[in-house]
Amino acid sequence: MPKKQAKSKYTADRGIPGAFEGETVTRRRFMVGTAHATGAIATSAILLPSLGFALGPLFEQHKQRWQPVGAPDEFTNDNYIPKVITIADGIGEAGKTTVYIRRRNPKLDTDQLPKGFESEQFVAISTRCMHLGCPVRYTEAAQRFICPCHGGVYDFQGKVDGGPPVRPLDRFYNRVRNGQVEIGPRFSVNRELKRFSPRNPGEPLDGIGGILYPSRPTVRKLDKLPQD
Amino acid sequence: MPKLKLPVPPLPPSMRPPPKRPGAPKTKPLDAAQEAGIYTVDWIDERTSLSGGLRWLMFRKVPKGTNWFYTLGSATMFAFVSQAITGVFLAMYYRPDAAGGAYESVRHINDDVFLGEFVHGMHKWGSSVMVILIFLHMARTFFFGAYKYPRELNWVIGVALLILTFVMSLTGYLLPFDQRSYWATIVANNITASGPFVGPYLGDFLNGGAEFNATTLSRFYAIHMMLVPGIIGALIGAHLYLVAKLGTTAPPWVKAKPADELTEERA
Repeated sequence: MPKKQAKSKYTADRGIPGAFEGETVTRRRFMVGTAHATGAIATSAILLPSLGFALGPLFEQHKQRWQPVGAPDEFTNDNYIPKVITIADGIGEAGKTTVYIRRRNPKLDTDQLPKGFESEQFVAISTRCMHLGCPVRYTEAAQRFICPCHGGVYDFQGKVDGGPPVRPLDRFYNRVRNGQVEIGPRFSVNRELKRFSPRNPGEPLDGIGGILYPSRPTVRKLDKLPQD
Repeated sequence: MPKLKLPVPPLPPSMRPPPKRPGAPKTKPLDAAQEAGIYTVDWIDERTSLSGGLRWLMFRKVPKGTNWFYTLGSATMFAFVSQAITGVFLAMYYRPDAAGGAYESVRHINDDVFLGEFVHGMHKWGSSVMVILIFLHMARTFFFGAYKYPRELNWVIGVALLILTFVMSLTGYLLPFDQRSYWATIVANNITASGPFVGPYLGDFLNGGAEFNATTLSRFYAIHMMLVPGIIGALIGAHLYLVAKLGTTAPPWVKAKPADELTEERA
């Protein structure tokens, strides 16, 4: 004789009205579960798309492109020329930013150029302060970039000279096409002007900073630059 | 015959209405109007039983020593209601268009719309008033020890309301879309983004992308006028429910009278 089976919670042998022999789930319990599951499905059918809609832009690849800013002989290697480029479409003036451009000076700019960009001839410096993102301005008399918000100062190469900024000013890839200097995607640099994928202001790239602020998947691929 | 009975207001005896004299009562129009009003309220109350809840909420016993400091919470709520009302009317003229329409619509409100500058000013200065009042209310709660058992949860809800008020201040600051709004928001988003590991993603969430872009303004506007006010309203409801349920505290300088059975009889 087999071992006596434990009594089911719901079978008729426990005297539950309407229960069948060997039944494991009562109809009441089944109906409660069905109603809850229906509610959960209906709620998530609305909630999940809404959340995806709200969070979608976070995971969208930022569109990069090249923007012509002027003829190459416009720029010298001892002074910056401000040029305006568009970084966000569809919002007019609010989507534009100033870029300071000069020719590379072989004596001064000794940083390694990345593969595929060995022929880069210009330095294009972003005006976004690396403290909290205010617009810096190049002051010719002092040969410094100065931020009006919290007193950040950068030297001629955009390296931090004083104040709260945590890393040198961001730069932009550039190239010469069709007789025009073209400004490409942004990149961030550390103290040695080594190139990193773009980070937000306030994120150091020296020492522990590179670990605390990993690059984001949406802006990671620096080597895959747009070709046109 | 109305069933609704409200407590008699605590008037001095000389101001109380005289009791009705026996004899032929003459119905004046004023009495008829009063009767109609009572009948209407009574009709609603018979079907909703609202009067019980209202009496529970409004006619509470308050401890001895209750003073003007206890009005700071109501003052904060009044500031919120004022923000809500002026905000709704501002929303009738405002356009969250980052390409210049937002700034232009705020200029239109200030310069062209009848009383627009006044309503905008109420909303702008009222936000500061609300922040000041909520801090004073918090200080009152703290210094009177009103956060202690059993009112800890109300303190927690209050802190959530404080943070949400800051969120309102932050998101509202961008909406005029002038230079100050724009750069203040850039700085605020970058402060958010400078937290390690998750910071960049929070910054992306606020910006609605990797940079300040076309959706940032409308995102802030939606958070400012729909999401957060709704949460604040719900939390104020919970806050008030707990106040009514638990009652208010006496100020710390009022000594509780010990229970009779605990007082020792002395010869």
